[in-house]
Amino acid sequence: MPFDLLVLSCLAYVAFLFAVAFVAERRASMGRIGWLRSPLIYTLSLSIYCTAWTFYGAVGYAARSGLEFVTIYLGPTLVFVGWWLLLRKLVVIGRQQRVTSIADLISSRFGKSNLLGVVVTVIAVVAATPYIALQLQSVTLSFGVFASETPEGWALPDRDSTAIWVAGGLALFTILFGTRNLDAKEQHHGVVLAIAVEAVVKLAALLAVGIFVVWGLAGGPGEMMARIDASAIADWELMPGRWAGLIFVAGAAVICLPRMFQVMIVEDGEERHMARASWAFPLYLMLMSLFIVPIAVMGLERMPEGSNPDMFMLTLPLAEGQGALAMLAFLGGFSSATSMVIVESIALATMVSNHVVMPIWLRLRPKAAMSGDVRRIVILSRRLAIVAVLTLGYLYYRLSGGSTALASIGLIAFVGVAQVLPVLVGGLYWRGATRAGAVVGLVTGFVVWAYTLYLPSLGPGAALSVAVFEQGPAGIGWLRPQALFGVEGMDPLLHALIWSLALNTAGFCVVSLFTFPGPVERMQGAAFVNVFDTETAGPQGWARGRAEPEALLVMTQRILGKEAALAVFAAEARAQGKEGYLPDATPDFVAGLERRLAGSVGAATAHAMISQIVGRATVSVEDLMAVANETAQIMEYSAELESQREELTRTARQLREANEKLTQLSVQKDAFLSQISHELRTPMTSIRAFSEILTEGDLPPEMVAHYGRIIHDEAIRLTRLLDDLLDLSVLENGSVQLNLGLANLQQLIDRALAAASHTRPERIFIIHRDLPSENLFVRTDADRLVQVFINLISNARKYCDAAAPELKITVRQRAGRVSVDFADNGSGIPKESQAIIFEKFARLTDQTRAGGAGLGLAICREVMANLGGTIGYLPGQGGAAFRVTLPLRLEQKAA
Amino acid sequence: MKRTRAPLFLKRGSYRKRRLRDGARMLPVLGLFLFLLPILWSPGETAEADTATDGLYLFAVWIVLVLVAALMAPGLAEDSAGDEGEER
Amino acid sequence: MARRVLLIEDEPNIAEAIWFILNRDGCQVATLADGLGAAEAVRADRPDLVIVDLMLPGCSGLDVVKAIRADPATEAVPVLMLTAKGQGRDREAAEQAGVDRFMTKPFSNADMLASVRALLAR
Repeated sequence: MPFDLLVLSCLAYVAFLFAVAFVAERRASMGRIGWLRSPLIYTLSLSIYCTAWTFYGAVGYAARSGLEFVTIYLGPTLVFVGWWLLLRKLVVIGRQQRVTSIADLISSRFGKSNLLGVVVTVIAVVAATPYIALQLQSVTLSFGVFASETPEGWALPDRDSTAIWVAGGLALFTILFGTRNLDAKEQHHGVVLAIAVEAVVKLAALLAVGIFVVWGLAGGPGEMMARIDASAIADWELMPGRWAGLIFVAGAAVICLPRMFQVMIVEDGEERHMARASWAFPLYLMLMSLFIVPIAVMGLERMPEGSNPDMFMLTLPLAEGQGALAMLAFLGGFSSATSMVIVESIALATMVSNHVVMPIWLRLRPKAAMSGDVRRIVILSRRLAIVAVLTLGYLYYRLSGGSTALASIGLIAFVGVAQVLPVLVGGLYWRGATRAGAVVGLVTGFVVWAYTLYLPSLGPGAALSVAVFEQGPAGIGWLRPQALFGVEGMDPLLHALIWSLALNTAGFCVVSLFTFPGPVERMQGAAFVNVFDTETAGPQGWARGRAEPEALLVMTQRILGKEAALAVFAAEARAQGKEGYLPDATPDFVAGLERRLAGSVGAATAHAMISQIVGRATVSVEDLMAVANETAQIMEYSAELESQREELTRTARQLREANEKLTQLSVQKDAFLSQISHELRTPMTSIRAFSEILTEGDLPPEMVAHYGRIIHDEAIRLTRLLDDLLDLSVLENGSVQLNLGLANLQQLIDRALAAASHTRPERIFIIHRDLPSENLFVRTDADRLVQVFINLISNARKYCDAAAPELKITVRQRAGRVSVDFADNGSGIPKESQAIIFEKFARLTDQTRAGGAGLGLAICREVMANLGGTIGYLPGQGGAAFRVTLPLRLEQKAA
Repeated sequence: MKRTRAPLFLKRGSYRKRRLRDGARMLPVLGLFLFLLPILWSPGETAEADTATDGLYLFAVWIVLVLVAALMAPGLAEDSAGDEGEER
Repeated sequence: MARRVLLIEDEPNIAEAIWFILNRDGCQVATLADGLGAAEAVRADRPDLVIVDLMLPGCSGLDVVKAIRADPATEAVPVLMLTAKGQGRDREAAEQAGVDRFMTKPFSNADMLASVRALLAR
């Protein structure tokens, strides 16, 4: 077939795909999405897992290593039939957080860390280069097969230039497809539909070739089985390590590959789609794998020695004269390669622009979030990223020499992207996973992978010198790239897989255990791990939104495009009941807008841009920390206010209490004054009345003497009252001068008894004393203490109503204190009065007043307080009983 | 929304749904076991070629997994559209 | 006929002074030292005047006055109240209870006599 015709048919095919995509975009933009978002389309779009590697490389793989090729499809099969375990959670989180790429997911999970976004982006881009090179190589090879007319001579005269043309064409195609619009959620309906069409084409082509081989060449399934067992493939040996390792790495890759993540989560991630795909996608993989072994067997059987088994898909039909079938197979292979490159570079370009270009640009031009045309910058950066990614792929193709088996190139990429798996799974299921741990794990895994697999894959001498391979860097033997830590003789792929993932996981876990996550990180961690617990996991609210709706609208327009932005704002205005006006920038609205923008430019960038409009100038994670700190400060401040309020309440209560006390004191004072008035006026009344009577004269002398004595007695009563009042006042103020000295208690009681005997001397009291116990020295004011004793003894003499009155005085000494009890045998003091006898003017009865004003016990109480002791009534002693306690040694008061 | 305490006894419908989810979790484990089984046979005690039978075995397991997943998928999809309550 | 006065006063010296003053003026004075049986004594003796101290042991002078006024047989008896407290509040309470005249201790004998004469003249 002429080369020009081949190119023309390729272009026609591409044009057809473009038309499909265009129609789909039109339908989508008119809102008629309908079947564009169906489980069928979703499942077919997942088929970009099957690239040229599958289409061409699997046959070559089978020809070289028998059934081992099937592991690449068994891993994804297990992941999909087990979707309830991991993929479902991933889909829900992706939808909830409006994730735009796997880098965005990791960045988002670990506190919207842009550093992590960059790390994952770098890993993804580097890992993708061999993969893209694989596609370039396969398309170039297939061109060569057709161009050379003869099945053997598939070498194209100028293979490198063909590869350049292929790379350039793919870049153009991808740019046209993938960066026409900048959607709120990175959804490309056109691209997805085109991929679905390509999925059908490649499956149909592979099945067609397979059916031709089994029924056309081999003569039926039974015959085919016999031929398989007879062929060289039957000699393959299953290597347990590789078998298990490849199933694992393929399973990891189907989750972590940027393009798989793109179609699985970003484009149309929905649980009901996922449910259908859980069996339909494994079915697709199974059908794709079904005829690989027969084709390889027949190729080995029919094709001449030295033919490239990777090209059996084309060379076999060509050799059998089936030109049309070969053309279909070519288009199938072309479809596989193009769909992979398109989606992969869209996914990578999204990551590069969101996590590398935009943050740098925003940092360089802080005002850009408002003033610049962000939309244009994003699209431009994506287009450049697509070109860069394809350029890197081309460079890898050139460096590796373009002759390696396709499958082994693909596996290098698989191990590379699998480095994201530990952090991804850890992030989804372990709240304790921290950003530092993620960074350490990812970087470790990436470095080990690059050193043990990626760089060596370029060939000895290309990136690593031969000496490094044989002796290790600087002659350190245990650091040889393919015999790390002295593990020799291992399959290089398995060696790299085990070491990179083991060190990766170890670094991730250990560092996570020893570091402390920031507040945003913890919030996001909880939102991810507990995604099924709550559907309203808002990571970072805009509680203090001061945003101008106009500014928000301008920025949103620049990112989402004018119409989409207006639609969003109009919907919100309707929801707020302000139709026709701009909506208020409520915290909910701003948070929702942030999520929507995060769908276009990534979580960290969107947050940074909103931050600027809402009123904070710094960009990046530190800003989030600041928000968290600010919240903490506000809480602290309000706590402070709260405590101040409490203190005010406390003060007010104290004031109220003080006021009540004052009022009470005032009432007491009034009562006291009233009492004093009464006590003063009563003797005055007698004195005045009798002195008036006496001044009138003409009285018998005995009357004069009688009245004179009354006047005298009442005057003495008055004087004593005034003395008591003065005494009490001095004692209460604490300004009394104590005359401290040693005194014998027995002598003091003697003095008191002698003095008190003047009170009602007519009564004969029997005094019970225990003289030895009284014989102790106390250091106190002897006169004051005697005053108290006199008072108590006089009271007993006055009020004891027994016929044969007795008084018992008991002295006890305990722990440096002395107690003296005075108990008589009278009827005592009624219980209800016991509490008030020490109050001023608390005279109980006036039956037997002896000139007292009711101040005696009050004075006693004050005296004892001044002597550091107490006086109290002892109930239940069979009569009135008082106990005086005082310290054995009273020290001079400090004041 | 707080996670409600899982009731001790469930209606038959909810009980079946939960066991369906358990099944969905177990299916990949079963699949992994069956896919790893060839490690035990090969290179095998026999000298004659058995690649075709190995291949048939793998594809048979594959088809069974697809069928079982296809049978469970509708129940699971309807389930997750409804309540999000996870049994832990 | 001699006018009869009932004096209810707990201070014996004051009671003696008042007794002397009124007795010299021709009154027949009976004294009580507390207010407990005072109301009954008033009903039994029908004195022409009751002189009562405000602060009495047992019960207040005000209670005595209220009891006298509550009894229809004695409600017309004029009452002179004495007090040593002499606060405005007490005067009001006394007037409300039905006291006819209120005197603060100490008093001049002439005032006392004048008050008693005035009340007996009614």
